[in-house]
Amino acid sequence: MNAPARTSELSWLARRVASKLAFGFAVFVIVSPAILVMLWMLSLSLKNEVDNMAYPPVFIPSPPTLANFEAVFENSNLMRYLVNSLLVTGGATLVAILVGVPAGYGIAKASAHRTAICILIARITPALSYLIPLYMMFQMLGLTGSLWPIFITHLVITIPIFVYVMIGFFESLPPDLEEAALIDGCTLWQAFRHVALPLARPGIVVAMILSIIFSWNNFVFGAVLGGRQTRTLPAAVYNMLTFEQVAWGPLAAAALLVTAPVLVLTLFIQKEIVGGLTAGGVKGG
Amino acid sequence: MTAPIAAAAARGYGRNYLPFAYPALAITAMVIVFPWLFTLFMSAHEWKIGSPREFVGFANYVKLAGDPRFLESIGHTLWFTLLSVVLPIAFGTGAALVFNERFPLRGFCRAVFILPMMATPVAVALVWKMMFHPQLGVLNYILTSVGLPPSLWHTSIDTVIPTLVMVEVWHWTPLVMLIVLGGLAAAPTEPYESARLDGANAWQMFRYITLPLIMPFVVLAVVIRTIDALKAFDTIFVISEGGPGTASETINIYLYLQAFAFYNIGYASAIVVVFFVLIIVLAMVLLWLRQKSKWS
Repeated sequence: MNAPARTSELSWLARRVASKLAFGFAVFVIVSPAILVMLWMLSLSLKNEVDNMAYPPVFIPSPPTLANFEAVFENSNLMRYLVNSLLVTGGATLVAILVGVPAGYGIAKASAHRTAICILIARITPALSYLIPLYMMFQMLGLTGSLWPIFITHLVITIPIFVYVMIGFFESLPPDLEEAALIDGCTLWQAFRHVALPLARPGIVVAMILSIIFSWNNFVFGAVLGGRQTRTLPAAVYNMLTFEQVAWGPLAAAALLVTAPVLVLTLFIQKEIVGGLTAGGVKGG
Repeated sequence: MTAPIAAAAARGYGRNYLPFAYPALAITAMVIVFPWLFTLFMSAHEWKIGSPREFVGFANYVKLAGDPRFLESIGHTLWFTLLSVVLPIAFGTGAALVFNERFPLRGFCRAVFILPMMATPVAVALVWKMMFHPQLGVLNYILTSVGLPPSLWHTSIDTVIPTLVMVEVWHWTPLVMLIVLGGLAAAPTEPYESARLDGANAWQMFRYITLPLIMPFVVLAVVIRTIDALKAFDTIFVISEGGPGTASETINIYLYLQAFAFYNIGYASAIVVVFFVLIIVLAMVLLWLRQKSKWS
């Protein structure tokens, strides 16, 4: 009686271990494409040009070198483009906070989903389609050659993100506190400013992160509207490609420099990012 | 409800809140509505940057209907879009099922998995381009070392679109995963318990319980993916620039070239109008399907 029971217990255990291993393998397969591409970018950026052009490829840089990063800083206007990107992303996010948070509040309270759709159209429209008329307009206004055109077009990315994340957030807030404030004689604005807004801080943080990332990543606005002095970082990195097609090390180093802040941010606050993304299914244009 | 509360509630509901949205609406209108009107205006003109414009009515649209390069770009766009919707939906749903289980380091693995969609598209497209290099690229090395023939990737007319789709799939499968995962998280557990009591196997439980429950989310992912794939620009522009020749030229790329390489602003505006109509029609069809699937 005892032996068969033990074998069946053993086979049950073996099956359990096997299914755990299979599951672990599935997780590994799922995450490896993401990891491998990022690691390859790191590897390219840390190798000298001989190793980068070697075939069969050299996988692990030995010894690793920072020469590529030095080359990027020396040979390009990188600091200037970094400042451009910071100004554009920071400015567009700041304006989006100022107009997007109240808008999300108003739309959530009024259940004005038709209004929300108007703002959603910005999400559906291809960026290039409003780029042509805006490009012409900026030329007529004589704004080309400054950062203003890029900043203004980035509002199309940041405002819809804010409005959508904040609608979701304010809809989930219980209305009792504001109602109490209204009964005590507050105006709608005061109820928003002093009651709802302080409660909305987590939502604002999520929207801010997403807005910063998608504005930072945008390429086409900076590429079309930016000049030699007014490019944003992604446009500057693309430009390096056309001039330094053969120099893989510096190119990979520049790519890594642009995207590293975003990757680090994602890894550290993934919970908030995942929450924000699933709330609205948003993504920058 | 006493009278002052009712009054306050009445004051606090509905239209009174709309002024909160006015600044955002004003900016959106400025950046969206004005360009639209101006695009329609431009599309009715023969207009090259630097030369005087000339009113031509619908001539640009007529020209488009007979422009083989444009018609070809529609084909490329639809083929690229079909692949870039179907594959991420399949992979993303599979990944969501895995991430719905509890396992150690789940949060970290999920964060790593969504890195591709957060990474700067231009930066990772550059890395992919270096990996695709037919002679020195790491991908051909991997292919040949496992005994497969090397590929020409983005440098051949036959493989360029599948190559670009591969990058697009890598990029956006995480978004599908997140949307479907949201659906799975909201799914009730009771049906599974009773199905298990009735002796259903894993596949039957997926097919008859999980799939119907997550279907609305999958359809939402299809809608979002379709819109994004139609608009895809960065990866295609960086990796193939629409080439070799015009083999991977999508509507968006052709539109870019007409506007900012050839400076045919009028003609490009006509492409924009047709492109937008195409996107809206496809989005409406998908939303209609979604509405239908909800009622059934």
